[in-house]
Amino acid sequence: MLVLALDTATPTLVAGVARRTDGAVEVLAERALPSGTRHAELLTPAVRTALADAGAALADVDAIVVGLGPGPFTGLRVGVVTAAALADACGVPVVGVCSLDAVGAGARTVVTDARRREVYWARYDGEGRRVDGPGVARPSDLARDLARDLARDLARDLAVPGPYVGDPAFADRLGEPVTAADVTTAGLLRAAAAQLADPSSAPPLVPLYLRRPDAVPPGGSKPATQPAAPSGHRP
Amino acid sequence: MRALADEPLVLGFETSCDETGVGLVRGRTLLADALATSVDEHERFGGVVPEIASRAHLEAMVPTVHRALADAGVSASDVDAVAVTSGPGLTGALLVGVAAAKAYALALDVPLYGVNHLAAHVAVDELQHGRLAEPSIALLVSGGHSSLLLVPDLAREVTSLGRTVDDAAGEAFDKVARVLGLPFPGGPPIDRAAREGDPDAIAFPRGMTGPRDAPFDFSFSGLKTAVARWVEARQRAGEPVPVADVAASFQEAVADVLTAKAVRACREHGVDHLVLGGGVAANSRLRALAEERCAAAGLVLRVPSPRLCTDNGAMVAALGSRLVAAGVAPSSPDLGADSSLPIDVVRG
Repeated sequence: MLVLALDTATPTLVAGVARRTDGAVEVLAERALPSGTRHAELLTPAVRTALADAGAALADVDAIVVGLGPGPFTGLRVGVVTAAALADACGVPVVGVCSLDAVGAGARTVVTDARRREVYWARYDGEGRRVDGPGVARPSDLARDLARDLARDLARDLAVPGPYVGDPAFADRLGEPVTAADVTTAGLLRAAAAQLADPSSAPPLVPLYLRRPDAVPPGGSKPATQPAAPSGHRP
Repeated sequence: MRALADEPLVLGFETSCDETGVGLVRGRTLLADALATSVDEHERFGGVVPEIASRAHLEAMVPTVHRALADAGVSASDVDAVAVTSGPGLTGALLVGVAAAKAYALALDVPLYGVNHLAAHVAVDELQHGRLAEPSIALLVSGGHSSLLLVPDLAREVTSLGRTVDDAAGEAFDKVARVLGLPFPGGPPIDRAAREGDPDAIAFPRGMTGPRDAPFDFSFSGLKTAVARWVEARQRAGEPVPVADVAASFQEAVADVLTAKAVRACREHGVDHLVLGGGVAANSRLRALAEERCAAAGLVLRVPSPRLCTDNGAMVAALGSRLVAAGVAPSSPDLGADSSLPIDVVRG
């Protein structure tokens, strides 16, 4: 089956085309663009280019995989709504996966930029299975919690967490090196493997926001002014 | 890409604020106007919360497209062009519509037109009253905008004569409604309350109407504060607040300024057609006073039905259809959203 994979959960936009045969995945083309906050501008052109590079047309695609984040909301939604709309218009299934699952491989703790001096994170065992997360935390809190879990897991003779991978900008605040790694087409396909085997089982696309909208209901309304006599009202 | 028909079938997307609108228009014929709204989720915040609106757009997008196609009795493969509001509006909200529209245009292999939200509010009238007379003056008033436009050519040339210098007219309605204990959004409940009230009961100020003020700019912040001040003084004195009279007098002040400036704009620019648009144009007093003053000044007034005055996808499809008919080139493939898209940019 020919699969189109998209992700806009990080500043690196990913659009890839892969062929999946009996569970084996061959990536035919991939566009990974450092696009900052220009995901909406660049995503559909990247899809077009990736398809052309793969020598395929959108009509050839059998399924779409999209990263559901976590990631900065505005860019994240661009990828999710694009995947939903393409799948709808093409009449093919769409599968959503946790974007962090598609960063790096094996035992690791993935960290990506959550803005506001926080990271999105998830932890994976030696088989690459997610064992904790996704979550959002301050790097110092994450490092402290992971150290505590490590002590506990060592005491129970459990697997040792792997190294940090993802956004190296957080190495200082984590107090540990972070190996640079991005979302990849292969990673997205790997994360979607079970659902791609039976795409009709895929649940509706719901982004992993992890944070509630910033909004506070107004308290009692502020008086506009100091007391003044009513004026101008005719009885 | 297929050649465009004489009467192109255009799919329009609108997500600039809290309404997810998907419309279908063939030529100037309205086929479908599907709408989902997150207005109830914003009520307790007293205003639209951008992140809540954006999340709701994403959730509503594909189902709303399906509803529009079903209502119109067409299939997606019949669509000749896609149009989408690319600004002005809330960035996060706009981007959901822009990304969806780009994806549908790519998948359907049809041209994509990013369009100006304000120009689309003008274009929607063509679905009800036929081709717009050009030039026309347009008065657009909503929760996000208050603008007077000169429209020599809706597909290519729209110029701003004036705009609000502070709050939009609709914001003033929302804030006054809150002061009066009426629900959000404030337009409909104030309109209803005002029916029982005396519009001349309280002489609220008419902003920006002094001899040295810009003739076509608006200001509603002072009016809003004057209403709040008046109501608070009553409350402090332990007197009942005459809600109907306050609503009617406030609404009168808004309608008076808007229509006086619109008629003056027509006169000074030698234009004899005025078109109203935007959510506040659904206000019954504004419509009545505009009719009265246009009749007195010998102007032709065009106002879409209230349903088409508020944000919807059909207005975007209507402008898209107009752009196709005028032979305007589609938007570039790297179209994005522009929260402050200037009004003189009809096609983003």
